[in-house]
Amino acid sequence: MAEKPKVAFYWCASCGGCEEAVVDLAEALLDVVAAVDIVFWPVALDFKRKDVEALPDSAVLATFINGAIRNTEEEEMAHLLRRKSKLLLAFGSCSQLGGIPGLANLFDRESILQGVYKESPSTVNEEGTFPRLHWSENGRTVDLPGFYETVRTLDQVVDVDYYIPGCPPAPRIIQAALQTLLSGELPPKGTVLAPDHALCEECVRRNTKPENLSITQFKRPHEVFIDEEKCLLAQGLLCMGPATLAGCDAPCIQGNMPCTGCCGPTSRVRDQGARILSSLATLVDSKDETEIDNILDTIPDPVGTFYRYSLPSSFLRRKKMESPKVTAISR
Amino acid sequence: MPDAKETTLQQVWQDGSAKAGHEYARRRITIDPITRLEGHGKIDIFLDEAGQVERAYFQVPELRGFEKFVQGRPAEDMPQITSRICGVCPTAHHMAATKALDSLYGVDPPPAAKKIRELIYNIFVAEDHALHFYFLGGPDFVVGPEAPRAERNVLGVIAKVGVDTGKRVIAMRRRLRDLIALAGGKAAHPVFGLPGGVAKHVTPDMQTQFQVVAAEAVEFAQFTLQLFRNIVLKNSEYLNLIRSDIYTHRTYYMGLVDESNHVNFYDGCIRVVTPAGTEWKKFRAEQYLENIAEHVEPWSYVKFCYLKPVGWKGFTEGPDSGIYSVAPLARLNVSDGMATPLAQEAYDEFYATLGGKPVHHTLANHWARVIELLYAAERMKELAADPLLTDHNVRTLPTQTPREGIGVVEAPRGTLFHHYQTDENGLIEKANLIVATQNNAARIAMSVEKAAKGLISSSNIPEGVLNKVEMAFRAYDPCNGCATHALPGTAPLVLHVHAQSGSTVAILRRDLSGKVRRE
Amino acid sequence: MPDNKQNSLQVASPEKEAATFEPRIVAFFCTWCTYLAADLAGTSRFKYAPNVRVVRVMCSGRVDPQFVLDAFAHGADGVLIGGCHPGDCHYQEGNYKALRRYRLLSRMLQSLGIEEQRFRLEWISASEADHLRSAVNDMVENVRALGPLHLQPSEEMFPEEVAV
Repeated sequence: MAEKPKVAFYWCASCGGCEEAVVDLAEALLDVVAAVDIVFWPVALDFKRKDVEALPDSAVLATFINGAIRNTEEEEMAHLLRRKSKLLLAFGSCSQLGGIPGLANLFDRESILQGVYKESPSTVNEEGTFPRLHWSENGRTVDLPGFYETVRTLDQVVDVDYYIPGCPPAPRIIQAALQTLLSGELPPKGTVLAPDHALCEECVRRNTKPENLSITQFKRPHEVFIDEEKCLLAQGLLCMGPATLAGCDAPCIQGNMPCTGCCGPTSRVRDQGARILSSLATLVDSKDETEIDNILDTIPDPVGTFYRYSLPSSFLRRKKMESPKVTAISR
Repeated sequence: MPDAKETTLQQVWQDGSAKAGHEYARRRITIDPITRLEGHGKIDIFLDEAGQVERAYFQVPELRGFEKFVQGRPAEDMPQITSRICGVCPTAHHMAATKALDSLYGVDPPPAAKKIRELIYNIFVAEDHALHFYFLGGPDFVVGPEAPRAERNVLGVIAKVGVDTGKRVIAMRRRLRDLIALAGGKAAHPVFGLPGGVAKHVTPDMQTQFQVVAAEAVEFAQFTLQLFRNIVLKNSEYLNLIRSDIYTHRTYYMGLVDESNHVNFYDGCIRVVTPAGTEWKKFRAEQYLENIAEHVEPWSYVKFCYLKPVGWKGFTEGPDSGIYSVAPLARLNVSDGMATPLAQEAYDEFYATLGGKPVHHTLANHWARVIELLYAAERMKELAADPLLTDHNVRTLPTQTPREGIGVVEAPRGTLFHHYQTDENGLIEKANLIVATQNNAARIAMSVEKAAKGLISSSNIPEGVLNKVEMAFRAYDPCNGCATHALPGTAPLVLHVHAQSGSTVAILRRDLSGKVRRE
Repeated sequence: MPDNKQNSLQVASPEKEAATFEPRIVAFFCTWCTYLAADLAGTSRFKYAPNVRVVRVMCSGRVDPQFVLDAFAHGADGVLIGGCHPGDCHYQEGNYKALRRYRLLSRMLQSLGIEEQRFRLEWISASEADHLRSAVNDMVENVRALGPLHLQPSEEMFPEEVAV
């Protein structure tokens, strides 16, 4: 009997939603389990790091990693799994784009630690205790992994073969990706395994999106009654649909809320936030600079809205740090 | 001559320090610094000279910093941003955030919106509790703590209860999650929450679906409770395990209750009872800062909650220590009963069996969880049948200038607080989150240490010790992802025991599935 | 190799850096107006700061915000867009689109820590070589005063980052 292909799942700085997405395959999961040999899935099975280390290089057909790279341990595991896998797939927004944890790139480590362990109003910490990499008490030493300044995507740390987008990836997308992998006909390396067109094209409300859209005021969802049938962008809401990949069936729009961009951009776009910025700015219905500014002011938080999931993967990756600790001389 | 004297002095010094080092080394267990996986708990255990456990550290090695990076974000984005704290209980954060927004804008949702919210919420609690019982914590009992590790996981549960039942569990969970998606857009990271209401109304068609699944859910919950009775309560060994002192702590308890002091996941007042079971305080979410504080330790990224007026007295229990517990057992302890009939019967049976209120046995959480599953299903049925559910008016538009808002819900794993301060534009200036498992963090640490102390000594490290130590924290259904805004689910356990010189005596690994391997 | 690493991670003293810093500005000039102005400045033998690398585009409306970010990410200390005056765009509306994108992008760049003066939009018609000269000189001096952008931590820094 032919040996079943080996697969592995791993999580970095994530929320576990991607793990749930796999479990959400429900009955289909049993078929997957029957077809492959899962050699590493910390949330569900007992295989340890040593087992992975003991595998020959490239022994695993496909490893799915979700979560962004936030600390030293995650980076180590990414390198280890890369060595042991033929194919490494970035599963979910965090590993592909940085995800919501990537918003931490608007801050630096020190301010995050201060915020959490000192400034929080319910925290009582006069001594100024902070988690330490190494800490000793009475001859006992315990360790914690190191927390980087900058959140990174998986492909900023290791070579990635394919991407499965979404926060979390929709069941349809996961199933299609698994089928593609098991079919043996692999797309070009670096492909995002989802339809390569914008969400607008498959959105159930696309027929109500006008040809010429002009905005005199952007609306925030809590300020207006949201029509349950009309295009959300046409209603003045900040919908990321035009700059976001399709394939998820637009569940957020069916929930009557705008798309927030979790599937990332199409292959023709390098920086999703810049792209949506360009689209929305162009729609502003004014030629006068002051009026333009007034209209644009109705977008409350450009960076957080346009780069909700994709800040680490953007051109700039992070907010410029206050005083860089090290400067590179070579120019 | 000076040289000879120095040499002798050096020698004496070296001999002396070697001896001292040897003594220290014998006390010290060098724990492998590389944690198997981030976000999972790590436990470091130290032995004293007699080879007994001196100290155990339950470390949570992950942090993402949500409280910081939400600064500058529009408040109305918080339900969807904070839901990414945890992909297992996103709806809990979504709901707490939504309620915080109500408070922030001083706006009251219309009745239909409240019903929709509570309905979605109970569906979620039912689904999450079912997940824990069958996939995470339940295997300890359904298959048995002494059973072979290879079977102590969901597959073992299915083997024990039968494939049909296994499929029924999977299908039930799927149908519940489909309902959340129906009303809320997505099951994982729903989108429905807005200040003053929900994003869309419920159609009659949707209502019919809710009613059908609710009826199934009640049956399913009763089935699960009967399963628990058959497998656990009829087994004296398990009952003894539940009642054993190793897994018992006498702490305060906290949970949300409605006006009749019944358990309510969605709304109510926070009630705290003493270790003796008397009411210590009942307060509204707005007063949480007077009553709850967080303590920092250098060996973990998680902060430990305690009752501020009582004070932080270290990792101890009793009425003088501010440490308290939340989640199913706590909720039952603080309430005067359940709001629905079948759950109330189960509640009475629970306390009759375990000797009255309050129950301090941590493992009883598993039973309490099933009782809550039943309540959630019954409440779902009530709400699904409500004619008001399909009313089109589901939004009250905010008119006030936002400043500060606090929202509280009962997440499946405990009381959850979201507190926001914004500028006049509604952009977050400061956010404070006290997340369910944080409330339990101190007691979890104590439970792990107590279990370790009771079960481990240097001469004897039995295979089952790891599972039993783990059972100490698994009963809380900890969400370390929430607690540090890092990773959810049960924490796999790594126990590395090095004695004396640092050579490895044993490395035991155990994770969610229940498998333990000793190297 | 240890030596190279030593060199690349050496901290340059602020004074030394200030004395030697030559801003690198990337400019996107539209064919019909600003680029011709640059030509005119050239044939008129105007002297002005040489720090600008010009990229010629058909219209200022062609400038995708991604170009701007790409420039900053690859080491530009400043980015300049030059287009036709409002109302004079060869393609009617192109420069208005540029204006709208510029306003929003400038605001967003500031929240990413990039100062307002590093990103500039100028309306310069084909005959306004003089205006071009003063705009460029002005921008170069502003950016010089701000100093190098130093945006990305270099890859080697990551192990050094963890200094808790």
